[in-house]
Amino acid sequence: MLAKKTLTQVLDLLEKKEITLEELHKDLHAAVAEKNETLNVYLTVNTASAEEAAQRSEAALRGIPIAVKDNYCTKGIRTTASSTVLDTFVPPYDSTVIANLKKAGASILGKTNLDAWAHGSSTETSQYGRTLNPRNTNHLPGGSSGGSAAAVAADMAIAALGTETAGSIRQPAAWCGIVGLKPTYGRCSRYGVVAMASSTDSPGPMTKTVEDAALLLNHMAGHDKYDGTTADVSVPDFTQAIGKSIKGLKIGYVYHSIEGLEESNAHLAKELEVFKKLGATVEKVEAMDPHYAISVYTVVQRGEVSSNLGRYDGIRYGNDRSFFGAEA
Amino acid sequence: MSTITPAQVQHIANLASIPVSDEEKKDLAQAFEETLAVVQNLQSVDTSHVEPTHQVTGLENILREDVVDTDHMLTQEQALANAKQTHEGFVVVPRIIDQD
Repeated sequence: MLAKKTLTQVLDLLEKKEITLEELHKDLHAAVAEKNETLNVYLTVNTASAEEAAQRSEAALRGIPIAVKDNYCTKGIRTTASSTVLDTFVPPYDSTVIANLKKAGASILGKTNLDAWAHGSSTETSQYGRTLNPRNTNHLPGGSSGGSAAAVAADMAIAALGTETAGSIRQPAAWCGIVGLKPTYGRCSRYGVVAMASSTDSPGPMTKTVEDAALLLNHMAGHDKYDGTTADVSVPDFTQAIGKSIKGLKIGYVYHSIEGLEESNAHLAKELEVFKKLGATVEKVEAMDPHYAISVYTVVQRGEVSSNLGRYDGIRYGNDRSFFGAEA
Repeated sequence: MSTITPAQVQHIANLASIPVSDEEKKDLAQAFEETLAVVQNLQSVDTSHVEPTHQVTGLENILREDVVDTDHMLTQEQALANAKQTHEGFVVVPRIIDQD
């Protein structure tokens, strides 16, 4: 079952011509058809993914389809940000990250569910219904990139894209038991990504393995003239770091003991031991009391969000503002 | 019971240009109250010795030359494709001035 493979494995199989691109797409679409009604992972499925992929099969990512969180503009493919305001919106352009990935040979499997406008950490605020956690359907997948996390965890995608404003890649990745990487702000372009908090939004990969995340990031990242907040630095080959020793690496940890979350102290201590055994030094770092940090976040995020949602007037595109859900 | 009045909620809703029902106004009044409390919480922090952080990227004044970038242009057809109402190549906008 090709859908169960990792990105790295599939690339290898394609290169060695042990599988065809057609087979891969067929397998993935079958997995989607089988599980989507129960899990509600995809809002839109790109049935033309195989044809599009065939035209890019020579590039680095060999036509492999990826799942894309539905807040990335994808040219010609409906993009809703899980809000009925954008129920029929079909972007006339690709977001830069998507354009980069297409240039590198990727194709789009479908658009995944999220908390509406990425405002949430459970996918419950989606106006298209919640997504269920594939590991246990009595649980939520987390959010806001819940659809993408579930897609990867359920083998309904080889790899997926998410975005993080405050936890929205890493938290659903943790809840679904997959790899989620939030790159440094400015590493990946926000151009064409439905804006939540412009000063923290970070597009990033959600994958089955760390190696896959590194590979995908290689192709997602880069300075973009259309996003003035991207860092004008070269993109290293992130896969080179894999397998290297972390002896001497200094790792800081914060919030080692939060009132009400004592249950996690033992887990954190265990993780720190792993790093120490591998030769890293581990050091406690002081950070702002979470009660204040959350207040600061609330002020910043809501200020930026209200500004960013101001553009949805239902005149040039989309439905009018009466379509906003309760959360928005 | 919230100290925020329905009238205040309506005022904010008008500013945000989002229609709200009477039922929603009750829930929102409560939500506004809670949000204000979350923000009020910050008053107890002494920031007199703290340098403001207004950005983290270190970037300044990202400019570009004022030249046409055809990669960054939509055709008229593309630009109008998602509009609810168009008229002879224009996007139709709701009336905003009462008298002619």
